Amino acid sequence: MELTGDAAWLVDHLDELAYRTFQHLLLATIAVAVGLALSFPLAIVAVRRRATYAPILAVSDLLYTIPSLAVFAALVSVTGISLLTVEIPLVMYTLVIFVRNIAAGFDSVPGDVLEAANGLGYTSAQRLWRVEVPLAVPLIMAGLRLAAVSTIGLVTITSILGDGFGGLGFFILEGYRRSFPLELYFGAIPSILLAFAVDAALVRVQRAITPWARTQAEVA
Amino acid sequence: MLITETIAWLSDPAHWSGPNGIPNRLGEHVALSAVSLLIAMAIALPIGLYIGHTNRGAAVAVNSANLWRSLPSLAVIAIVLPITAAIDPQAGFRFYPTVVAMVVLAVPPILVNTFAGIRGVDPDLVEAGRGQGMTALQVLTKIEIPLAIPVIIAGIRSGAVQIIATATLGAIFGFGALGRYLVDGVSQFDTGQIVGGAVLVAGLAIVTELLFAGIQRVLTPRGIRGDPSAAAISA
Repeated sequence: MELTGDAAWLVDHLDELAYRTFQHLLLATIAVAVGLALSFPLAIVAVRRRATYAPILAVSDLLYTIPSLAVFAALVSVTGISLLTVEIPLVMYTLVIFVRNIAAGFDSVPGDVLEAANGLGYTSAQRLWRVEVPLAVPLIMAGLRLAAVSTIGLVTITSILGDGFGGLGFFILEGYRRSFPLELYFGAIPSILLAFAVDAALVRVQRAITPWARTQAEVA
Repeated sequence: MLITETIAWLSDPAHWSGPNGIPNRLGEHVALSAVSLLIAMAIALPIGLYIGHTNRGAAVAVNSANLWRSLPSLAVIAIVLPITAAIDPQAGFRFYPTVVAMVVLAVPPILVNTFAGIRGVDPDLVEAGRGQGMTALQVLTKIEIPLAIPVIIAGIRSGAVQIIATATLGAIFGFGALGRYLVDGVSQFDTGQIVGGAVLVAGLAIVTELLFAGIQRVLTPRGIRGDPSAAAISA
């Protein structure tokens, strides 16, 4: 049977859908990974040196008031149309979420527990990795979910930087420019499903790595 | 260079008049944000108050708020656009899709904070109110809402600031407001216009933050002012 019209268009573009989904995930994963790596030291500084806590959070709040569209656009004059122009703003916005959540996670570790670790003769590095990080995991994971989902949303906006980027946002912008609603939906619906799927996957990861929190979470 | 270009763009008198002038674009941005915020409040406040007061449907509401939060704004605008454009070919194309996306964006923080604020009220106080013969409505309006007000306002503030930054996306789809400068700046390779537009948006967001901080201070009952735990929860 010969497919015609919209159905034929859809079938013709399934390869491209797969490629754009992959690109979307890749761009988001790079940003989230870099953001997580950078925010750990920042959060540790914020928690260890109390005086820096409020300024670090204030700066990250300020970053959040700058529209992402503007950051992508303004960076073009500095870094051109490149992967850096895409990733710098994405990483910046994940930092805002991560630093806040990781710092809150470390803060949530009870003082008694830290005392006990000191009493057991843990060095500060041991205490960090064996006590503080595991106990901060629920809040860090909450931050990871928020960062992953919001980054997936922001990747769609990178489509304004041209056909080379944007992930599924490419179809949204092209569909709008060509006044072709089918293509608009071809980008919009999968990008929403992608955000939901990644969030659901991270909930599973969170449950798997914090078995002790399972009963509490289900009650709450 | 970047700074001088931006200052030059902002201080050019030609950019301060006409339909594409800063006052008009700023007005559009404020109008769109205010309409969206009011609609989001009209949806989120009653639901948040209801589930906070009765604790009925709390899990469903908070989970769906989290799900809503993950909707990419650009995708929401894109989905609404063909529908509103079909209903109203004039305004439907530009204003409404952005409003819908901004409402979607602002409902979760307002709903979650309202719920959390009401739930956070000391149950002994609620019990005491009931003991004095207060009706459920009196408990809500005289005990729960006043004590939860700092947290509720924090949620509205967070929603407002997110709306102001994100409403710029409407310009990609032909809407005006301050996003116009960002999108036009890109197509005209005009960095001064891009950064100038961003400065205006960020400035508006900061003014909004300060405004809500003021509202929060005024509306917080004297008895709990300066209690840091009251304002600690924020979405």
